Amino acid sequence: MSIVFVLFIWAALAAGLFFSRKKPVFWPLLALALLLLFNQLFTEGFFHVEIRDGHLYGTLIDILNQGAKVMLLALGMTLVIATGGVDLSVGAIIAISGAVLAQRFVGAGWSPGLSIAAALALSILAGAWNGLLVAVLRIQPIVATLILMVAGRGIAQLITDGQIITFENSALVYLGNGFLLGLPFTLTLVLVMFGLTAALTRRTALGLFIEAVGDNETASHFAGLPARQVKFLAYVFAGLCAGLAGLVAASNIKCADANHAGLYLELDAILAVVIGGTSLTGGRFYLAGSMIGALLIQTLTQTLYMRNVSADIAPVPKAIVILAVCLLQSPKLRERFARLGKKGRAAA
Amino acid sequence: MSDPILEARGLTKRFPGVVALGNVSFTARAGEVHALMGENGAGKSTLIKCLTGVYPRDGGVVALAGRVIHPTSPREAEAAGISTVYQEVNLIPDLSVAENICLGRQSTRFGFLRWGAMRTRARTALARLGLDLDVALPLTSYSIAIQQLVALARAIDVSAKVLILDEPTSSLDEREVAELFNIVRRLRAEGMAIVFVTHFLDQVYEISDRITVLRNGQLVGEFSAAALPRLQLVAQMMGRDIKEIEALDHRAPAAPRTGNKPPVLAVRGFGRRASVKPIELSVHAGEVLGLAGLLGSGRTELARLLFGIDQSDSGTMEIDGQSASVRSPQTALARRFAFTPEDRKTSGILPNLTVRENLIVALQVRRGLWQRIPRAEQDALVAKFIAALGIKTSGPEQLIKNLSGGNQQKVILSRWLATEPRLLILDEPTRGIDVGAQADIERLIARFRDQGLAVVLICSETAELARNSQRVLVLRDRAKVAELSGAEVNEHSIIHAIAGQHAPPPS
Repeated sequence: MSIVFVLFIWAALAAGLFFSRKKPVFWPLLALALLLLFNQLFTEGFFHVEIRDGHLYGTLIDILNQGAKVMLLALGMTLVIATGGVDLSVGAIIAISGAVLAQRFVGAGWSPGLSIAAALALSILAGAWNGLLVAVLRIQPIVATLILMVAGRGIAQLITDGQIITFENSALVYLGNGFLLGLPFTLTLVLVMFGLTAALTRRTALGLFIEAVGDNETASHFAGLPARQVKFLAYVFAGLCAGLAGLVAASNIKCADANHAGLYLELDAILAVVIGGTSLTGGRFYLAGSMIGALLIQTLTQTLYMRNVSADIAPVPKAIVILAVCLLQSPKLRERFARLGKKGRAAA
Repeated sequence: MSDPILEARGLTKRFPGVVALGNVSFTARAGEVHALMGENGAGKSTLIKCLTGVYPRDGGVVALAGRVIHPTSPREAEAAGISTVYQEVNLIPDLSVAENICLGRQSTRFGFLRWGAMRTRARTALARLGLDLDVALPLTSYSIAIQQLVALARAIDVSAKVLILDEPTSSLDEREVAELFNIVRRLRAEGMAIVFVTHFLDQVYEISDRITVLRNGQLVGEFSAAALPRLQLVAQMMGRDIKEIEALDHRAPAAPRTGNKPPVLAVRGFGRRASVKPIELSVHAGEVLGLAGLLGSGRTELARLLFGIDQSDSGTMEIDGQSASVRSPQTALARRFAFTPEDRKTSGILPNLTVRENLIVALQVRRGLWQRIPRAEQDALVAKFIAALGIKTSGPEQLIKNLSGGNQQKVILSRWLATEPRLLILDEPTRGIDVGAQADIERLIARFRDQGLAVVLICSETAELARNSQRVLVLRDRAKVAELSGAEVNEHSIIHAIAGQHAPPPS
């Protein structure tokens, strides 16, 4: 079983690398492949998968499941960053979303469906708040979203009345822990959202508008493009993605923890986007790259965990790998390496 | 002949799909002004960027005062003695004038900046150009012309042996150009070698001792300015027939069309406080209305008002005889107006997007978010405009920032033409563009007019304005001071109106 699975993974990676060889997505994908190769060779049991009760279990499955939150966040973050902004508040929105879900379901006795709808509605509202500050009031994105980043957890605390609300409901628990067709349900959620985002941006003109605004807002404005609305929409969408991640986060641990849910995940999401090839200055964006970036971060975390690196020092090797990926992406540096290589050969 | 101070031999630079420079040699001598001429895409900017280390060169040797140099950044070139003032102001808008002049060479004491010394140094550098500015103010508080002079002050602040001026005059008015030339002459007398890139022929002959001509990345030749007649120079640059160029210069403006149709656009008492005094103007289909005036006379401000970038606070607007208003570029687009801004780099192009994306963006906005233009239609549209306007690019998927200025301008024009506009507002459409592309754009303007578009043309070159317009509005100090039509539309009358004197009959 594992052999088939391993072969499948490597075939998929090889195909991905081949087809992306001239695209920016190539570099994070290469880094992911190298990291997996390292684990294949040196980390025992990393590629082990087994079927229990018709469900797949194993480290790789864990990576997909655990990485779902950052992948969801990265979808929204990609669009925000592409407009030339950034959203620091998505971690706090996760806490708000979870708090609303648990409070509505447990406290107000709403049905799971209505509770989910309420959580997503408030997340969208939070995104709209960010959009209002950035697009309409023209506050710098980092400052504007810092407001909700700081205040959001307080709001979540208010909603849950300072309590950690636990719930036991099969539908809500399924969100973050269930399996569909043998794979974690979160994977389906990520794939559906990825498909939706890709369709929304590439099947409509939204992708072009976002890239135009991020590349040169003045020129876009002069071309008649509704730059403000485009930016606003990006933040709203980031809010929705964070809301979904909040549902998953709460479901994972079957409770709403306003203090710890989604803590620092905004930073992972930003990293995932940057690793994926989207520039922080805005413009061209790569949704698939962001997904690979998120997977790379999660794989790295899992690797360190399995190699018994203590959680306290884990950020250090993590930072080193991320730095390496970012350097790998820099065309300047690659050029310099190429020149060094040429010189070396000439000298030899 | 004095000694060569900067010598480049066999310079070669390739970009994806193009040879930007092929085996080009160039020599600048101490105490002379050397003009570098060529059409857009001829390789002038590339040559300069190779000399100053902005681009790594793919082949060739550069020697300064007999010593081979390999600058890998403008700063290294500067340290070696090659200073450059670029076409577009390359300073940092939010920093003060003093900081801009001293950036990278601030004097420090114990690691701290010496602000006083910096300001004094900046003031001295500016005084050398005869300028007296408040050096503590941010650069943006000054006009583009002043910013250009600040860039020049920065360049000569170091002890340069070679000064490269890449189209320094494109945003200066005549008086400022004259002042700049005085400075250049002084520097030449001090023994500096000055490399001068421009598209203005008058200026070339006014100041240059020697001319090097490039075409399509190849060296055409080096000439003594005195020995190269003007028309021959143009013919060398364009690789075209001299007669064709003569025909261009003497083309009479077409007769204005008259009819009972209301003007496409008419405004009355139209203005904005501290920007444009209330003004009256109208422009008909099939007519080019020229806007003349010096820099700061309100031409660009008026264009921005008409296109809804700024909002008017007085007056009325009629479109096709119907009362209307334009509150934003979006409404302007919906009313089928088009606007090509003066500053292509900051407000025209989407630099990191492709030619195709730059070209379709306005049409896409017109169609709306949900009606994405199918890729096949995009490709067809782009192919059509690349052919129709003669856009030189290695392909529709090339990033627009890799195109020369003239070709970028053609893409921006195409962007608007794709929306089938009725009113075209062109703000300095030929700025920073070579003779060949300029002729192309002038021909295009005539074609748009003949197709029944209404065109508002803003242009600093009075000759160009006179040759392309049916009527000319002259602005001075943010107000309309004259309206010329028919036989009055000539350089002579325009200049007199700008200067505020009655035109004596042309002698």
